Amino acid sequence: MNIIVCVKHVPETAEADIKIDSEEKSIELSGLVFDINEWDNYALEEAVLLKEKHGGTVTAITVGSEDSESTLRKCLARGSDKAIRLTDKRFEESDSYAIAKILHSVIKNLPFDLILTGVQADDVGYAMVGPILAGLLGIPHATMVKKIELSDGASKVNRELEGGLEEVVELKLPALFSIQTGINEPRYVSIMGIRKAMQKEIKVLSLGDLELNKNDVGVAGSWIKIEKIYVPPAEKQTEYIEGSPEEVATKIIEIIKSRGLI
Amino acid sequence: MAEHRRGDLRDITHEMLSKGRELAEKNGASLTALLLGHDIKGFASKLTDQANEVWVVDDLRLKNFNAEAYQRILSSLITEYKPLLTLIGHTAFGVDLAPRLAIELGIPLTTDCLDIDFEGGVLSVIRQMYGGKVNAEALLKEAESYIVTIRPAAFEAKEGEPLGGEIVDVASSLKEDVKNKKFIEYVEPSVGDVDVTAAEIIIAIGRGIKDKDNITLVQELADALGGVLACSRPIVDKEWLPKDRQVGTSGKTVKPKLYIAMGISGAFQHVAGMKSSDLVFVVNKDAKAPFFSVADYGVINDMFKIVPALKNKIYEIKTIT
Ligand SMILES: Cc1cc2nc3c(=O)[nH]c(=O)nc-3n(C[C@H](O)[C@H](O)[C@H](O)COP(=O)(O)OP(=O)(O)OC[C@H]3O[C@@H](n4cnc5c(N)ncnc54)[C@H](O)[C@@H]3O)c2cc1C
Ligand SMILES: Nc1ncnc2c1ncn2[C@@H]1O[C@H](COP(=O)(O)O)[C@@H](O)[C@H]1O
Repeated sequence: MNIIVCVKHVPETAEADIKIDSEEKSIELSGLVFDINEWDNYALEEAVLLKEKHGGTVTAITVGSEDSESTLRKCLARGSDKAIRLTDKRFEESDSYAIAKILHSVIKNLPFDLILTGVQADDVGYAMVGPILAGLLGIPHATMVKKIELSDGASKVNRELEGGLEEVVELKLPALFSIQTGINEPRYVSIMGIRKAMQKEIKVLSLGDLELNKNDVGVAGSWIKIEKIYVPPAEKQTEYIEGSPEEVATKIIEIIKSRGLI
Repeated sequence: MAEHRRGDLRDITHEMLSKGRELAEKNGASLTALLLGHDIKGFASKLTDQANEVWVVDDLRLKNFNAEAYQRILSSLITEYKPLLTLIGHTAFGVDLAPRLAIELGIPLTTDCLDIDFEGGVLSVIRQMYGGKVNAEALLKEAESYIVTIRPAAFEAKEGEPLGGEIVDVASSLKEDVKNKKFIEYVEPSVGDVDVTAAEIIIAIGRGIKDKDNITLVQELADALGGVLACSRPIVDKEWLPKDRQVGTSGKTVKPKLYIAMGISGAFQHVAGMKSSDLVFVVNKDAKAPFFSVADYGVINDMFKIVPALKNKIYEIKTIT
């Protein structure tokens, strides 16, 4: 069972004080902590679990800058056997369609039975790289996968629908699944794992190594071009309660009481 | 692209038709509702008021949603009729279908949109990035046809003058059975001990809770308030609380009189499940958390300072009365 996992190195923004840069097309990335995309973390774990059960190899692959090396190291430490980094200045500003094309140009020449991606990248949130890649490769796919069972040449997966409902779908292998969070419990990296990972080689490729030209990637090769980003307008007139925790608590209780809820 | 599941048309269908109508009127285009399924005449007659035409493809093999089967039919229809714009829901259904349809047809796609407009033949959209912390205005590569997936609840399903659309039967272009992807069955969500959808007071926690052991603190506050504890998805993913406590698109939809959110950023998948709450308090230490924009009252502070203070205050009141 040869498994390829697509991982993205993304900034952690949930708790960060993010700022829009002067050109208003991107946020200021300096100072932000980057890590493996949350969904990809579950995808990687699932790949390693499947390898442990069925044998084979796991290859982690990313399109990103030199910095994304740390995310690949993490994958290697967590059980990935190989890692590939696709880095080129001309890849910058690629949308998820262009990224899928870049991934495709490499993956099509690799042996694989299964490809895992995350449902979505936490930064751009398109949720399209996985199914586009499957389309380019001409293999079956399922998105939002919460459970995988493999048998000879076939698979049975649970897809998560709305409201907690799931559907069971049967697909032929090789296939591509986009993984939903909660499918497993991602393991922590062991000291042994980190040490071993430092010795593993990361293969680095750029545009010249791929059967693509510069018009397939970056802005020219993308469907979507960002014109402007801005802070979303508030939907409600929010009243902010300030003061010490005691003062805040007093005010909250007053409001709740006035509504007859206490 | 109308969406239905297990005998019900889904809200997103009406939301897309409402926006589709506005775009069609503005651009002198006509609006078609496309229904795929089996035994769906009932749905068709429900949509005639909302579209200029309702196209029905009835095929037993379309009984349950199957992205592969849907893609085959849609791609042949889009190739033949070249619609200016195809709208699909950004749902479990649309996410499985739209990207691969776009790549097969070579039609530009963008996903999870909050708004759409045409500017001189170019399609521009508004979508969110970074978990809702920023909005992005984006242009699609100029083309004759576009595909866009629409965020659920982004558009209101407005009731306009009935359009009296005609129902058109369209022959299914499925020649052979779909081979690669087969629907087997549905799996119902598990039922737990507490029904959050019936609760009048909900205290909801998110990743800001940091540690499983901290949950007791907030549970005590919920008990003191006579409320129920609920949560965002990561808390369920970590198995710190059972799935039936999760609020959001892939969890429960709640409508309490009071919703207090603590340590939740306010991603749309969460907010969609609690938007109809009467009174919303949001406690978050990040002033830029998207949740504040849908709150009645906001507290920019550490939840671990607010929770004990609130609890003390309630105990105080309860001993007096
Ligand atoms: C298909 C799909 C379906 C989904 N369905 C759901 C769903 O049903 N429900 C759902 O909730 N999510 C759902 N999600 C996930 C959603 O996109 C978000 O990832 C999730 O809601 C984030 O949870 P959170 O706000 O708890 O965590 P985070 O986004 O990490 O936010 C944590 C917040 O806590 C704050 N915080 C940290 N410490 C403190 C403190 N001491 N005091 C106060 N505040 C603090 C931070 O500032 C931050 O805002 C879904 C995603 C997908 C792709
Ligand atoms: N730059 C990238 N390199 C490798 N994989 C990626 C990259 N961007 C996205 N992916 C994969 O595609 C998934 C969906 O991303 P998106 O369609 O951009 O929301 C992610 O969870 C990753 O698995």
